[in-house]
Order: sequence, then structure tokens, then C-alpha cells
Amino acid sequence: MEVSMTINGNEITKDVEPRTLLVHFIREDAGLRGTHWGCDTSNCGTCVLWVDGEPVKSCTMLAAQAAGHQVTTIEGIEKGGELDPVQKGFVECHGLQCGFCTPGMIMTARWFLDNNPKPSELEIREAISGQICRCTGYKNIVKAIQWAAENPATNEVTA
Amino acid sequence: MTAVEEVPVSAAGNPIGFGNMRRVEDARFIRGQGNYVDDVTLPGMLHSAILRSPYAHARIKSIDASAAEALPGVHAVITGKILEGIPRPDLLGNNFAWMPTLSYDTQAVLATDKVRFQGQEVAFVIADSHYIAKDALELIDVDYEPLTPVMDAKRALDPDAPVIRDDKGFTNNLIVDALGKTEFESGNKEETRAAIAAAQADPNCVVVTQEIMYPRVHPAPLETCGAVSYLDKVTGQLTMYTTSQAPHAHRTVYAMVSGLPEHKIRIISPDIGGGFGNKVGVYPGYVLSIVGSIVTGKPVKWMEDRSENLMSTSFARDYHMTATIAATKEGKILAVEVDVLADHGAFNGVAQPTKYPAGFFHIFSGSYDYPNAYCKVKAVYTNKAPGGVAYACSFRITEAAYVIERVVDCLAQEINMDPADLRLKNLLRPEQFPYKSPTGWEYDSGEYEKTMRVAMDMAGYDELRREQAEKRERGEYMGIGISFFTEGVGAGPRKDMDILGLGMADGIELRVHPTGKAQLRLSVQSQGQGHETTYAQIVAHELGIPPEDIEVIHGDTDNTPFGLGTYGSRSTPVSGAAAAIVSRKVRDRAKIVAAAALECSPDDLEWTLGRWSVKGDPERGKTISEIALLSHSSLELPEGVEGHLDATAVYNPPSLTYPYGCYICVVDVDPGTGQVKVRRFIAVDDCGTRINPMIVEGQVHGGLADGIGMALMELIAFDKDGNNLGGSFMDYLLPTSVECPNWETGETVTPSPHHPIGAKGVGESATVGSPAAIVNAVIDAISPFGVRHADMPLTPANVWRAIQGNPIRVDMAVE
Repeated sequence: MEVSMTINGNEITKDVEPRTLLVHFIREDAGLRGTHWGCDTSNCGTCVLWVDGEPVKSCTMLAAQAAGHQVTTIEGIEKGGELDPVQKGFVECHGLQCGFCTPGMIMTARWFLDNNPKPSELEIREAISGQICRCTGYKNIVKAIQWAAENPATNEVTA
Repeated sequence: MTAVEEVPVSAAGNPIGFGNMRRVEDARFIRGQGNYVDDVTLPGMLHSAILRSPYAHARIKSIDASAAEALPGVHAVITGKILEGIPRPDLLGNNFAWMPTLSYDTQAVLATDKVRFQGQEVAFVIADSHYIAKDALELIDVDYEPLTPVMDAKRALDPDAPVIRDDKGFTNNLIVDALGKTEFESGNKEETRAAIAAAQADPNCVVVTQEIMYPRVHPAPLETCGAVSYLDKVTGQLTMYTTSQAPHAHRTVYAMVSGLPEHKIRIISPDIGGGFGNKVGVYPGYVLSIVGSIVTGKPVKWMEDRSENLMSTSFARDYHMTATIAATKEGKILAVEVDVLADHGAFNGVAQPTKYPAGFFHIFSGSYDYPNAYCKVKAVYTNKAPGGVAYACSFRITEAAYVIERVVDCLAQEINMDPADLRLKNLLRPEQFPYKSPTGWEYDSGEYEKTMRVAMDMAGYDELRREQAEKRERGEYMGIGISFFTEGVGAGPRKDMDILGLGMADGIELRVHPTGKAQLRLSVQSQGQGHETTYAQIVAHELGIPPEDIEVIHGDTDNTPFGLGTYGSRSTPVSGAAAAIVSRKVRDRAKIVAAAALECSPDDLEWTLGRWSVKGDPERGKTISEIALLSHSSLELPEGVEGHLDATAVYNPPSLTYPYGCYICVVDVDPGTGQVKVRRFIAVDDCGTRINPMIVEGQVHGGLADGIGMALMELIAFDKDGNNLGGSFMDYLLPTSVECPNWETGETVTPSPHHPIGAKGVGESATVGSPAAIVNAVIDAISPFGVRHADMPLTPANVWRAIQGNPIRVDMAVE
């Protein structure tokens, strides 16, 4: 079947099997390898991206379900060559080691901060509790998100 | 609080030497531009899937793959029978359907006679897409004759137990190790037993015996194992992108397995999404991707799914231990004996030095001063997945640290002594180093009491005990657990340590370009450790070249020198030493070049970071980058001195390094539900010199989370029929951000005297040291109910049952 969606602002149309998972569509058909796959059971969260601005686990959604929708992946959150504060925070606070969970963590964290710009530590921990990191023990991921909250983007117009 | 000396800062703001520095690797990872194996796509690449056994033990009567072969999009279906028929130069006397393990056993690539664990590889499908390959698996008809599985290690020893390895002509399930023995022993048996017997007879002494199980767990890196293999039939070149912690060792194994010449094999281990020991072993899937390319003439990708990862690739632990500790009633430890039954699964696939079939378990005597220690370890085959040495275990030191730290707490409870006081009374003293342990290790350096005092101060130990006493009055169950561990890492001295005959030394190559920029080529392999950053810092420390001017190259056997790879916390102790030594070779050569340029004797020169200058005339000197250019110039060098500054080195460590630490955990237990809340965790590590303290602490954080997982959540259990009950992340529970507390880390720095920069390695310290602290805290909390021990994982159900006096047995198959 033909599936069309907008990924990071670019319209893409591909002929795929109806059973194609969104994560496979993004990786194999759209060729965007920053979205990872880690478990099949919606537990690990390495495959998190946004559909219409909401984070979803793309291993548990069919590509066809995202047809006609706006998809944003890790490759789409750098703005005008400027890293997102969350991306910067992960570097500043050593919020990553092997890097495999990082794109999913960043996608969730960005969405979370958009909805809760001044979160407590506990709120941050709850926000990322659907995602597994095997390297960092989470402390520095929490710090990275706090850093991003304290250092919002300077190039964005605030309301 | 850092003990790192002040170092100059580069133009890019990085320390020229040791200190916190942002990681070079991060730039690609935060943009989603890492290059993991599953990101590799080659022209014409095919995909694959493995048919796995639903049975733990069954005879294969027949396999009919005709319907699968007929499915459009399927290129080939390979079975064990086909593998038996593929000719190859036979180096090891094995059939192609079998491959060598890292412990001199053989493992089926695809089962030919029997399946021996649930999830074992039975057939391999190569197809246009992963989806089609998976469809084809459904069409393969295998006729199995189920056999009785052996799911308990103790049952494996029964005289009437089914024999698992009849393929080897064995008549029982005892594993014969690489030394030809069925039992590994270490320590002074007679003296230890005499000391225990004497203590038993002495009214001033106590003897405590405790069965302690370290259950089967899995390293579960977020990236599963996989490979993309391509054999170019024209050139005979095999290129393999693979999830490997040891690319060079794997190349040698593939040469042995495939009969392909080693110089025609190139292993590329790109970015690795976590390893923790899971990516040390050689798995059938890797070999099958090679076979797939031989058969189809095209590149073939194989990636495990999560269940395959948890069910078939290297598990960890499964150690059934009985520990006996003898001590005076005042708490002076006299002797410890540990008896171990190890469950290695269906094939002996442990990855560890040949001479050490129980890994480094015999470091179990721990951090304490007593003369008598003895262990014996027996291992058996069972109908479980193979493996054993994985999950940041430092070659079984995880089990060793756990058993001693648990039994010391049992002793404390028995003699009613504070476990901190008991430890302080027995810790090795600084003047005892280098310390020769009763089981033969030589600990290099340590100031144990100092480290323990730092941890107790950070925790506010006395205040915590007061709080606990008050809470108990109110019927609240708070626990405080301590663990003091010593590891031996950095395997290892070539005379004692090898894997499949390959000595555990590591090569390195440093190229200094004419403009003074450098490339360092490593044999070890980062899986997240940040080698591209820390190794540049080591060279910067030795040569004064800014770290941003040093490119670290790793993970490609064609572009790096031979070495045994990254596991057992060996990168910094071995390859890190090599980096310092190769830099010093460059510095020595630079001195000769500088002397020629300055028209003086090399003896007249002195080194300050990044520069050779004339003693007493510091204005007259040359920087390392000036010398680099001179080394390529027409400058006349003394007889016998070649030009350029490039150098190579191989580091064969004289001994292991011995990092250690003291961990304190505070928990609150709800006795009504058995729920454990880890409130605080204090970790004070001494890993010697810290190259990049930020990275060291990050590694400690990760290991502490492992401890939460193993102590409270993670378990690969089986039922009596051999079904794996931990085969997905729905069932195999990993800690998330809400189970982990806000780690409190501290440090002491006692450099290793025999390591060129005094570093000891830290990658596994927290995984090794933390489980005991957590379990000790939980048992401490529920000790008023008369509980002395309960096995991990301390799930709410297990804690609740322990409180009721009926703890869950994790050493047996689930009814």
C-alpha cells in the first residue's frame, strides 16, 4: 500500500506492506537511522519520535497509522543549524554513553519541557520512566534535562 | 572534589591532560548520527532470520524447509545438515555445523542432532527483507522428539540425569574445563578446614554457613547483537560489520571457524549500543551471516530481536554458592570457604582466561585480612542458554564480591555486631600492600579504611543508625547496607592469561603528523566508554598535544593493531598503559630530534609538557609540533635514528590492577507488600588515577543501576519444561529512572604502582560492588523478622515471602 507522511517537514511517499511498523518505515524507507529499535514490546523507548507533536513508541504503531500525519524525529529537532537545548544539555551533563537510547530520550525530554518548562527532579524522572538506559543510571540524563530547562533556546521567540 | 592536578587548557577549552572534558563522541550521538550495525546498509544486502527451538531438549527427527524455500523473496534456507556438507579447511577437527567456544568447547551453529536449550538455532533463512525471512520461519516444519530437560544445576549431577552433551561422548553433565579438570580449586584447603573446625570447637568463636545463590541474569544492552557480512568472491575478502567488544579476537575465531585466511578478514565494529559482556562471545548468528554471504554471494544482515537476545546470547551468573565463615565472637575473621556449583548451560561458552575456568572468582577472600581461604567450583551443563561470563562481571568477581559481602553481613548478624564495625576491624591495612591474598592474588595498592570512612561520612552513618532505631520503634523498616569490594582487573599478564591461546596483551600505534596533529590506533573497543575522549587525554597528558588534535581510531581490524578488546574493565589498565607508553616512545624520539635541531646533547634537554628545552636556558627549546615537522625535514639525525615520530607499542601488563570501593545503601521496606524503595546510595570508588572524572562517575552511575536491577528486579528463570520466563522486557525487568535514586558518588585516589599513569579501571566496579550493598540493606531492614538471607532478585513477592519465613528459591526451576 502507498503510505505518505511528512517527516521533519518533508513529504515522503512509499509503497510498503500494510504491516510495516512505523519504526521500520522511518529507518528503512525514509532512511533516517537516528530512531533506534530496541525491544518490540514498547518497554525500552529507543524508538520514540513525535506524531503530530506527541511522543510515540514507533515500534508499536503501523506506518499506515501515521499516514497523513506530521512526524518529527531526532534529525528534525536541530533548528537553523542550532542544537536544541536538550541536545546541548546531554553533552554538558554527560547524559549519554553508548548513545543508543539518546535520540528517544531527547525526543521525550523536548516534548516534556515544552509542556512543563520548570519541572522538578521527580517530574523529570517520571517523564522518562518509559525509557530504558543501560549505561548512565539516569542521574546525568535528569541533570541534562534540568540543564535544558535552565538554558532555554535563545533563538526562539517566547510567547 | 577531585584529586586531579591542575593542567593547562587548550584553545578549545579542553584539559591538556587529565580532567573533566566533554566527550568527542557526543556530537554524533545527540544528532542521531551514530553508526550502529543495524544502520549499515550495503548494496544488494539481504536480510535474515533464525528459526529457534521451542524445546529445551529434543531430538531433531527431520526438517522440511521446502515450503519456506518456495516463498517468493526467500534466497536460501540453511539447516545444520547443509552446514555439515559445506567443505572447509578443518582447523579444529569440528564439523562446519559446530564452532569452537571461547572455553575450548564446541557449540552448534545450527542444531544437527538435538536441540539443547529453548531458543537454540535450528535453521537460517535469507530473504529480501526481514519481514519475508520471518514469514519463512513459519513455513519450516521441524519434527522434534521431546526429551526430558535438565533445568536445575543440582539435578544435572544426578546419576540418572539425562546426558546433555552426548555429541561429545560424555556420560554425565559435568563440564571438563580447558585444563582437563572437572573441579577448580584455589586457596589453602587444609588450613582453611582446620581453622573452621577449630572455630567450631571454640566457644569464643562462631561459624556461619549460608547458601547464597547468584541467579541467572542477562546484560541486555539496548542494542541487540548483529552483523552484516560480505564475502567478495573475486578478492576472497570477508568484510564483517558486527557488534563486537573484541574485533581482533573475533577475527581470529572466524578464521578458525570459516577456514578463511585471517588476512582476508576485516572486522568492523562501528558504534556499539552497549556491551556489558554480551558482545564478547561468538554467536551462531554471526557465523550464519558469514555463511549466508558465502551461499548467496551477497551481503547478509542478521540482527537479533530482543527475545533472541535474552534467550540465546550470553547470560550471566547462575552461581550456586555455599559459604562458610569462621570468626571470633569479637568479629575477627579467621577463615572462609566457598563451595560453588556453576550452571554453564548447554555449551561451555564462557569467555575468560584459559587458566581460570571459574574466572577470577577466587578473589572471593575480599578486602579483609585473614590467612585462610579456600574455594572449589564445579560446573555443569544444563538445558539453558550458554554463556556465564558477562554483565560487567570482571570475570566472575561479581559473584565473588557478592558472596563475601553477604556472608560477612550474616556473620555480623550472628555475633550482633554493626556490619561497619566488623568490616573496619578486618580491612587490609595500607602497610600490607602489595598484599598477597590466600588464593594467590597480589593486590597492588589500597587505603581501604580511608575509603570506608569517606563513605560513612558522606552517608552520615551514625545518624542513619539512630534514625533506623527510632523507626523500628514505630514499626517502620529501614535498612542500611554496606559493601566493600576489591576487584582485580586488566587481564592480563601474558604468561598467565590467554583466551584460546591468545595472550591478553594489547597493541597500539601513535602517528604524529608533520603539523603536530596525531592519530592513535587502539585494539580495544568502546561500547559507550568514551575511548575517543579519554585516550586523547592520555596522549595529551604525555605529549602536551591538545586532545582535540588527537584522533582516536578503533573498531576496524584493518586499521588498528592486534589486541584482545574491551571487557573485564581491561581497556584502561592494559590499552591505557599502552597509550602512555607509546606516547613516551614518541617523546623520547622527539628528544633526539630536538637535540639535533638545537645542536646540543639530548642529555642537556629537559621536558616540560609539550616541549623539550635546554636545561638552564628555557628560551631555547622546541615544542612537540615543531619537533614533529623537524622529524620530517632535511634535519640530519644521529646515526641509527630514523625520522618521523610515529611509534607502536604492545603492553603486556605485569600484573592486574585492583580497584576497590565502599558502597552504602539505604532502603525503606514496606513489610505489608514487600516493596523496597532505595532511598539513598553512596558510592566511594578508588580506581587510582582518574583520566576523566566525569566519565568515571558516569560509569559508576551505570553500574549502580545494574545493581538495582540485579538485586531487586532482573531474573532469567525457567520452568520445569525448560521455558525461558525472562524472554522479553515485559518479563525481564530493568531499572528505570524511578527505581534509581540520585546517586551520591565520592572518591579516594590510590594510584596503581605498576601502571604507567596509575589508573586501575572502573567500568565494572559498581556492577560488582552494588548488589551486595542493596541486598544487605534489605536484609538489615527485615532482620527484625528473623531473616538472615534471601536470594536476589528481592522483588516485593520475595521480600514478603522472606518476612513470612518462606523465601522463594531461585536456584530451582519454577513449578
